[in-house]
Amino acid sequence: MAKRPFPIEFIAERNEAKCIACQACVRMCSNDVHSYDAETDKVTSDDSKCVACHFCEVICPTRAITIKRNTSEFRPNANWNAEVIKNVTKQAETGGVFLTGMGCDKPYPIYWDHILLNASQVTNPSIDPLREPMELRTYLGRKEDRVEIDYSKKEPALKTKLNPQLKLEIPILFSAMSYGSISLNTCKSLARAAEGLKIFYNTGEGGLHKDLYRYRANTIVQVASGRFGVHKEYLEAGAAIEIKLGQGAKPGIGGHLPGEKVSEDISQTRMIPVGTDALSPAPHHDIYSIEDLKQLIFALKEVTRYKKPVGVKISAVHNVAPIVSGIVRAGADFVSIDGLRGGTGAAPTAIRDNVGIPIELAIAVADTRLREEGIRNRASLIAAGGIRCSSDIVKAIALGADAVYIGTAALVAMGCNLCQKCYTGKCNWGIATQDPYLTKRLNPDIGARRLENLIKAWSLEIKEMLGGMGINSIESLRGNREQLRGIDLSDTDLNLLGIKPAGSAW
Amino acid sequence: MKYLIIGNSVSAVAAIEGIRGQDKEGEITVISNEPYYNYSRPLISYFLGEKVLLKDMPFRSKDFYEKNKVKLILNVNADRVDTKKKYVVLSDKRKLNFDKLLIASGGAPIVSEIKNSDSDSVFTFTNLNDAVKLKKYIKTKKVKKAAVLGGGLIGLKVTEALIELGVKVTIIELADRILAASFDKKASNIIQKALEKIGCGLITNNTVSEIIKEKNGKIKKLVLKNKKTLDTDLLVTAIGVIPNKILAEEAGLKTDKGILVDFYMQTNVKDIYAAGDCASARDLLLSVNRPIAIWPAAARQGKVAGCNMAGVRKKYAGSFAMNSVELCGIPTISGGITCSLKKEDRVLEYYNEEKQIYKKVVLRDNKIIGAIFVGDIERAGLYIGLIKDKVDVAAFKDCLLKEDFGLISFPKEYRKHLVAGEAAIL
Amino acid sequence: MDKILIKEEYCMGCRLCEVYCLVQHSKTKNIIKAYKGEYPKPVSRIIVEEKGYVSFALQCRHCEDAPCLDACMSGAMYRDEKTNAVLCDEKKCVACWMCVMTCPFGVISRNIDDKKIASKCDLCANEEEPVCVKNCPNEAIVMVREKKK
Repeated sequence: MAKRPFPIEFIAERNEAKCIACQACVRMCSNDVHSYDAETDKVTSDDSKCVACHFCEVICPTRAITIKRNTSEFRPNANWNAEVIKNVTKQAETGGVFLTGMGCDKPYPIYWDHILLNASQVTNPSIDPLREPMELRTYLGRKEDRVEIDYSKKEPALKTKLNPQLKLEIPILFSAMSYGSISLNTCKSLARAAEGLKIFYNTGEGGLHKDLYRYRANTIVQVASGRFGVHKEYLEAGAAIEIKLGQGAKPGIGGHLPGEKVSEDISQTRMIPVGTDALSPAPHHDIYSIEDLKQLIFALKEVTRYKKPVGVKISAVHNVAPIVSGIVRAGADFVSIDGLRGGTGAAPTAIRDNVGIPIELAIAVADTRLREEGIRNRASLIAAGGIRCSSDIVKAIALGADAVYIGTAALVAMGCNLCQKCYTGKCNWGIATQDPYLTKRLNPDIGARRLENLIKAWSLEIKEMLGGMGINSIESLRGNREQLRGIDLSDTDLNLLGIKPAGSAW
Repeated sequence: MKYLIIGNSVSAVAAIEGIRGQDKEGEITVISNEPYYNYSRPLISYFLGEKVLLKDMPFRSKDFYEKNKVKLILNVNADRVDTKKKYVVLSDKRKLNFDKLLIASGGAPIVSEIKNSDSDSVFTFTNLNDAVKLKKYIKTKKVKKAAVLGGGLIGLKVTEALIELGVKVTIIELADRILAASFDKKASNIIQKALEKIGCGLITNNTVSEIIKEKNGKIKKLVLKNKKTLDTDLLVTAIGVIPNKILAEEAGLKTDKGILVDFYMQTNVKDIYAAGDCASARDLLLSVNRPIAIWPAAARQGKVAGCNMAGVRKKYAGSFAMNSVELCGIPTISGGITCSLKKEDRVLEYYNEEKQIYKKVVLRDNKIIGAIFVGDIERAGLYIGLIKDKVDVAAFKDCLLKEDFGLISFPKEYRKHLVAGEAAIL
Repeated sequence: MDKILIKEEYCMGCRLCEVYCLVQHSKTKNIIKAYKGEYPKPVSRIIVEEKGYVSFALQCRHCEDAPCLDACMSGAMYRDEKTNAVLCDEKKCVACWMCVMTCPFGVISRNIDDKKIASKCDLCANEEEPVCVKNCPNEAIVMVREKKK
């Protein structure tokens, strides 16, 4: 059989009665789906190119466009469904590896949706967040085993020297997204929002662009395996340093920025030649054992004079519990665990969809393990990987996290509709691209405003849920598994999560 | 403070606005030798062609003079100025004293010296009365054919109006083409073709040497320079306008072609100013003083004069020849130096014969010094602005006549300056 | 006075400003009727300039020292006392195009679809906010309000 065209996945359906042929969709689509025929004065679509990013649907002034799934059907087959058939056909056609963007979209169980929260009623009254103070502030960093107070002077003073801490007004941070995978305007939006909300954002493995140094007080700088953009000023600029050992979307492999996205600016920031692929190796080639990791952690602490927390980011894999224990014992001040559903700019689909475990389980077992070993206080845990809403955050903290990282949610706030084509560099929303025509579309004034709106809305919801539980401080929620109940989960799941089934009392 | 203004057209009105912007109390008196409280001279051809009614001829409302506390004296001429004793003698023998005087007496048509041109079927066409007379004559005498001497702006505008009234017109032009002062051959041809299409006749390289009258004084025919004859019912002479400077000359003010003024619109005599068609002010392209008889220059000069008269120093940036006129439905805009070019001048041209669109830009030392637009005048103001600001266009001269030429082709700093700061003042 | 500020670094070139301006200055003010039903088709007073990946919308700057006010021969151009905007009285305009000639931004158009008149931005006289400012999806056109004394 001769060459076959790729199947059409989406249809940009146009309501002709409403279409005024203003051609906004024609101009705006970076995939050239829409075109205007001057002779007939009509706009038509080449649906084969549509990726369902929804930009045209949003920009159309008469709302004439609807994006629909193409209902070209196969005979129903539980095992060989349409997607699997198309994938095998495509690989036979091209011999290529599937690349994709964003997080795992497979229907593995979402444990957040099987966990229910408690509320106080008679014996322990709930708290009204509109009338009582509610503290969402938390501190990330190593906490001492014991605190000694000096009562000898007039005023009691703290004798114990505290380790450096990151102060967060809300237990939410913006995930590591490298400059290169996302545009500078997106980085600016994240940095500005972090500054406005008094939380932090993470540079990812792309280095720190010079325009972002002004937000240093709210920046966590990442040291990844490619060491892109890592130099003296970079390490001194961050409020904390994070060593990236792994990422939830692609455990076991390194980062990948296609050459198309390496512009002049990226080249300068990452310290690599223009147009070359930026491939981060899978392991850090100077970390082959836990002792090596300890060396790097302390090398970074020495360089920054022990003034900043130094943490480690890992992906959630099967042995996540002992791994976290080892990392904490190696001296990390915080451990970020990125689960199965973490996002990415580019990863092989097979890896993204099949490697790793969900963050819900990972956080629970890591927290339990650290408590059992009596070293839970030595590091903060940050949960990442598919946190979608304020209830997910409350559940994550109750399972043992100190704070959460949000990546996908932040991008969706700025416009992303998860078309998963980040790796092409043609993001219509101006987020995952370096094309100057497209990056203009993300106005940092608007981006920062939307992020702040989202986080503010969530913090109000978190306060409501906390108040409902009779808790007025996020610190009282951390690891408070008693506030959670599982529903429709197996005994093993309940065991791993360390929570009781819904219906059972203390 | 007594302000006295001789003249009541655009310079005078702008001067009133200039004065009142600084001085709300001083006395302003305006002397006009016409019977109308206000009207726009360029509109007289629209009036003749019945496109604008008499009541719509004014360019300021009736209460403008009242609101600005201006005493308006109509139907009186200013006969003499005594610059030392500071008074003006009117034709009704009144003496008006002044502290500051503005002479805005405008221009007068060059009167032809052809034999028999004093016939009552020979008309000039520079003020509203001319248009009223001409219209009345055409209607009462049921004029069928007319001749227009002069293929310049006034000649062509009056031709258009006459054709509107159903009169068959023949234009007689001395040069080899119409609008010779501002258009080159290609541009003129486009208009010429359009005129011929609506039945207008054109005779170039010729002029009228004699007018033959009937016994009752009416025109019968014209004898041209080349001895040919042309039958006609009336003749309109539109052979040019010269500044009304007699009053100034007799008062001892310095004049050349017009009344000489400095950058503050003041004449060589303190407290006496001049503005508009009668004044010889700065031509910023040619770097000399000369009369530039166009409406925007007159308005600006009047405003500047008014400001200075009221005691606020304001400099006149200068102007240059430019005009916008739509003939036979074809819009045209021209400005600067477009003809009699130097050898080293560069010319950029765009000519679409099918659509009858012609665009021409003249560059000297990488600066635009002139431009012509016929048929498509979109964004012509950009080029006039570049001429005025004497911008070096070397970096983007290839884009000048492209479709997408605009502020986006300008260097970013100039563009930001234009958008952020004051617009170019003409 | 209140001014419209253009931010060329955020203009996407979608030209929705032109669409909404056209609708605002149409007879029906209904977007579908304005484009499909009205004749003559209304004219937008805002121009989007585009070159490579740079673009921005341009409209009348309502200059403090407006050359078009000087140049208008019929008195059609005037300054609104309340808003300080420069407006064109369409009934008085005689289509001489002197304003087109003198506008250094080239933002006055020759509108010949119905009665011949000079068309330009009027700051959306009867609206709270000019429709281009209101509808720009990326806030590339913003209104800078004059500080009330």
